[in-house]
Amino acid sequence: MSPIRPTWVHATILGTFCAGFGVALALTDDVTKNPIKERALEDKMASLGQVIPTSIHDNNPVLDAITLTGAEGKPTTVYRAMKGGAVTGVAYEVDASGGYGGPIKLMLGVDPQGKLLGVSVIAHKETPGLGDKISPAKSDWLSRFTGLAIGNPPVEKWKVKKDGGQFDQFSGATITPRAVVGGIRHGLEFFAENKPAMMEKK
Amino acid sequence: MAASYGRIIKDGLWENNGVLCMLLGMCPTMAMTGTATNGLGMGLATAVVMAASNLMVATFRNYVTHEVRIPVYILIVAANVTFVDLVMNAWMHELYKVLGLFIPLIVSNCLPLARLEAFAAKEPVLPSFVDGLFMGLGFTLALTAIGAVREVIGQGTLFADAALLLGPSFLFLESRVMAADMGILVLILPPGGFLVAGLMVVAKRMVDLASGKEIKMAGAHSV
Repeated sequence: MSPIRPTWVHATILGTFCAGFGVALALTDDVTKNPIKERALEDKMASLGQVIPTSIHDNNPVLDAITLTGAEGKPTTVYRAMKGGAVTGVAYEVDASGGYGGPIKLMLGVDPQGKLLGVSVIAHKETPGLGDKISPAKSDWLSRFTGLAIGNPPVEKWKVKKDGGQFDQFSGATITPRAVVGGIRHGLEFFAENKPAMMEKK
Repeated sequence: MAASYGRIIKDGLWENNGVLCMLLGMCPTMAMTGTATNGLGMGLATAVVMAASNLMVATFRNYVTHEVRIPVYILIVAANVTFVDLVMNAWMHELYKVLGLFIPLIVSNCLPLARLEAFAAKEPVLPSFVDGLFMGLGFTLALTAIGAVREVIGQGTLFADAALLLGPSFLFLESRVMAADMGILVLILPPGGFLVAGLMVVAKRMVDLASGKEIKMAGAHSV
């Protein structure tokens, strides 16, 4: 076995390793910081691209974002698509509560008239094979919302069929579509409440 | 201890396989084997970390005192995981989006630590590197196999999204074995991980028995 050494020897060895790896990590962080920031921006733009057609804006919505406070006091970042200085659409995240596996994160794209330009799922924990049909890779269920608004159908019809609304649930799963439909309805109401702030020109 | 590379490679891939024999690294084994592709990606990331960590520990093995070796090992593994995490995020972003959530899990994996303690702390640099690499590849093999079984029975596909992980040229790997909705859901849910991993351990022992080998009990310390 190794001879008994005074404590400071161990402390120095451990300290040296910590310092050495600390420096190496700091350097790696420094080198990768900017590429990672760019990737995050690209991701954001890609997810916005799913709900806001690129043809309706000439700006970068990620950079023209504003932060609004919703009814529950939760800050929401609103990405604004503009063409010639006028807002042509907005996109923002909505937490659809009541999912089977916790809240479902949605991204809504809405045009100035309050019509949905598109809906995408950002994150969910629904049961594979049942609730995950909301993801566009598994079925086109979500695309049915494009073009709809509060009033078309009327607000009391913004429910799944089982609850007397007009949206299909999918077989074997009602909870997930119910949460999504409710989340989208809340999202559109949020738009209606904050429309002036969202449309305000820079 | 004379290290023969053939022995190291055989041990890592089969004889002393990290998952199927030593039963280490169960956390990522359960979490990342819903599909064969996920298992493969997680395995390869772990293999990189293990090879790099073994290499570093073997390099410094004569400078680290016995008393502080464990914190130093953990430091080395954690630093390597962070390097992999940052580098993948910056330059292999598509892959990172698939695996990113699970890269930090490598720190909690006992397998790298076990190999550092059992092998790299005593052996020269090159054999240690080879041991880390092949233990990692053995881990990859086990995870991919478990993932493949769970995926085929659970959702009827094999290597779904492989092109996302390995690039478009691997699109041919993606296949559908059974019709959609034919799968037995429980296998892609968490219990399926335990079921299939357990059956794989049994399968390995049966193969070993059939070839007349003695069954080795789990031994992280056998080199």
